[in-house]
Amino acid sequence: MMNKIELASYSTLPERIGQVFSIDGKEIALFKLTNGDIHAIENRSPHPKGGTLSDGLVSGEYVFCPVYDWKISLTDGRVQAPDTGQVNVYPLEVSDDKVYIIV
Amino acid sequence: MNKKLVMIGNGMAGIRTLEELLKLAPNAYDITVFGKEPHPNYNRIQLSTVLQGDTTINDIIMNDWNWYKDNGITLYTNEEIVKIDTVNKRLVSDQGRISHYDELIIATGSNSFILPIPGAEKHGVTGFRDIKDCETMIETAKTHKKAVVIGGGLLGLEAARGLLNLGMEVDVVHLMPYLMERQLDPVASKMLEKELEAQGMNFLMEKATAEILGDERVTGLRFQDGTTVSADLVVMAVGIKPNVSLAKESGIKVNRGIMVNDFMETSMANVYAVGECAEHREIVYGLVAPLYEQGKVLAEFLAGKMPEPYKGSVVGTQLKVSGVDLFSAGEIMDDNTTKAIKVHNEFDGVYKKVLIRDNHVVGVVLYGDTKDSTRLFRMLNKKEDISGLTSVSILSSGCEGHASNDVATMTDDDLVCGCNGVSKGTIVNAIQANGLTTVEEVGSCTNAGRSCGRCKSLISDILAYTLGDEYDKSAKKAGICGCTHLSRDEVVAEIKEKGLTSVKEVMNVLGWRNEEGCSKCRPAINYYLGMINIENHQDDRDSRLVNEKMHANIQKDGTYTVVPRMYGGVTSAKDLKTIAEAAEKYDVPLVKLTGGQRIGLFGVKKEDLPSIWADLGMPSGYAYGKTLRTVKTCVGAKFCRYGTQDSMGLGIELEKKFERLDTPHKVKMGVSGCPRNCAESGIKDIGFVGVDGGWEIYVGGNGGTDLRAGDLLGKVETEEEVMELTGAYLQYYRETAEYLERTSKWLERVGLDHIKEVLADEDTRKTLNERMDKTLQRYIEPWQEAIQSKEIIDKYYSKQEVAVPVR
Repeated sequence: MMNKIELASYSTLPERIGQVFSIDGKEIALFKLTNGDIHAIENRSPHPKGGTLSDGLVSGEYVFCPVYDWKISLTDGRVQAPDTGQVNVYPLEVSDDKVYIIV
Repeated sequence: MNKKLVMIGNGMAGIRTLEELLKLAPNAYDITVFGKEPHPNYNRIQLSTVLQGDTTINDIIMNDWNWYKDNGITLYTNEEIVKIDTVNKRLVSDQGRISHYDELIIATGSNSFILPIPGAEKHGVTGFRDIKDCETMIETAKTHKKAVVIGGGLLGLEAARGLLNLGMEVDVVHLMPYLMERQLDPVASKMLEKELEAQGMNFLMEKATAEILGDERVTGLRFQDGTTVSADLVVMAVGIKPNVSLAKESGIKVNRGIMVNDFMETSMANVYAVGECAEHREIVYGLVAPLYEQGKVLAEFLAGKMPEPYKGSVVGTQLKVSGVDLFSAGEIMDDNTTKAIKVHNEFDGVYKKVLIRDNHVVGVVLYGDTKDSTRLFRMLNKKEDISGLTSVSILSSGCEGHASNDVATMTDDDLVCGCNGVSKGTIVNAIQANGLTTVEEVGSCTNAGRSCGRCKSLISDILAYTLGDEYDKSAKKAGICGCTHLSRDEVVAEIKEKGLTSVKEVMNVLGWRNEEGCSKCRPAINYYLGMINIENHQDDRDSRLVNEKMHANIQKDGTYTVVPRMYGGVTSAKDLKTIAEAAEKYDVPLVKLTGGQRIGLFGVKKEDLPSIWADLGMPSGYAYGKTLRTVKTCVGAKFCRYGTQDSMGLGIELEKKFERLDTPHKVKMGVSGCPRNCAESGIKDIGFVGVDGGWEIYVGGNGGTDLRAGDLLGKVETEEEVMELTGAYLQYYRETAEYLERTSKWLERVGLDHIKEVLADEDTRKTLNERMDKTLQRYIEPWQEAIQSKEIIDKYYSKQEVAVPVR
């Protein structure tokens, strides 16, 4: 069953700083890019030793894992070469300045 | 339903087979893999570089857990198959799991050959084969001194070099009169022995080990000639033994390895073998290139394509030991039917021998200069007719500028990376199609150079050949990161000259390739800006490394460590109570004293940080920053009967003055009240030792990865002089070091004498101190700042629980 859940107000979201939401025990990191796009990914790096992503440095549409410095695409969740892996991404909707996540 | 493909073994040859199969027929099989090691597939060839300290175990993982998941492969690690029932096509594991298969690949590899001598089972005897062996050696080296490696072959010498790097004394025992006698002729072998002796190995040649001595743990070796030698660790590197017992017990034909035909089929229907456990035309291969060729053939076969039969391989060898450059392939010994071209330049330590029979190269031995190895190996492998070439042109492809010529003479299907089967044509296409500019990029795009690494210099030549001048520009001058060609000095000069003031402006004006930079350049630029624009620098918090941005140390689970400031490591009962209460209130999982005499509260949730800081009411200890970390002090003259100076007093003064200062890398200080040096001032970035009538100041010490004893910068009489010299020294480091360059590396780069010369001038010291003092004025306490700002808390330290609506 798909759920549409309100997360935040779009206009007050800070740029390039991940915001953490805990949904049903799962942590989601929400990012607003410099160009205004927003993306939601699971707040967990696929690195074998783990690591969270919300506090990473954001550049363009990528976030650098703050723990092991993997470069991860916020658009499709792919870990960039030479490292490999995949982070879950979640679809978002914006209406009336409200950001919704579909889970 | 798909057919079930099961593979026993989770190593390089087997997984490569699956990779090839997935490329050809992604959905043809349900694949299950059993591996008895607890790791995903890793690069076994690189274990010696892990042991030698050049990489970490993590770096050599080739297929991480996600790869298995992404490709729908069921992986059971730590689980060994104990029985193959070929009649019912069933497998039984040591956990009692029963699996059916339609097709079965045996890729069990090989084990270290452990000499069957008395005592071989004692503690401290290991092979050199897997991550566990590697860890055993690294652990043993921490507590023991003396290692003996049995076997002077490729593996033994790589292990020996690694053990030397780990600080052990190393004897290498070899049965034969010459090292690596299967790959080198006596001349090259002696050159190698001499070089390795100079590196610190001790050789015991022509010795046969008779017994390993000791009770539970090894204490030494006895040889057949009656002599003995002491040992805390024995590494057996006498060879490998194909792991065939399971196949044998299951009725599959086995000779030295599991016997396979040209399509890797064993004697049993639907059962295949690949890799080091397989024997093809009476040869068992132990090097990666042929095993990958086998994997390719098997993959095509399983994909239902009729592959070219595998016909065996000629293999080349190189030794991965720093300071040693050698290559050998094919035949190595001259005989009546061969003619050799030899060059032996004893002065330069270069030896080259090319063996020729009937106008064809049949063997190559190179020592000291291996740049022609790829070309000669190609001539050998392709059986090129060399009758038209002169001896000189065979031995060397030319003098200056040979690299590109060498590349130019290669055809597109010439192999560059033997391990991964990548041709010149594939690399050139990848460079052109994807705009690649570095060897690493070529590696991640084509796999070339990612196994043994021998072909990296050739890949670099191909880049130069393909990109022409463009490559020269990017390759010769290393930019501070992949986003720019500009070096540290150029970036700093541009900032000063153009009066740049923000990270964004720097990247914009200086033509950064990535508009928003990366995790390497942004923190660096932010530092350089702050160093240059002393008075009006606007710190870019979001360009800082995570710990500095959050003002706490991130842990791998996303929690943080809180370390309050405790000047000079001196605290009080009241402060201890406050810390204890906070630890209880926030249910802190670990309270621990840090290496720098502070108290760390580990595992604090990010959203609790502002409130725990408020409860503590103490300044940040900056245990996370590229800044002054801690000033460690001994008790000193105030209490200690040996103390000659007030070390606590000076330590507290130093810490209060320089706290929060941004520096290129972390800076640690130590202050000892007497030369007994209880605060370990000799391994600090700046260390102070109280002596009768003054202080000695040591600089460039390091107690970390690269242990280095500090050098004496000077001796001064008063605390005022200490502060003045320290301020000038630190500021000079701030202004000239590269970002993330520790003082020890910086000092070695610029030279102690140079630094002394600069600091000898009183006016220079004065202006350095003026800039330092101005810089120090701009800092505010970050924890207090955060507590008082809702904006900071919301932006950086919030986590929201979101309820899932029930419908």
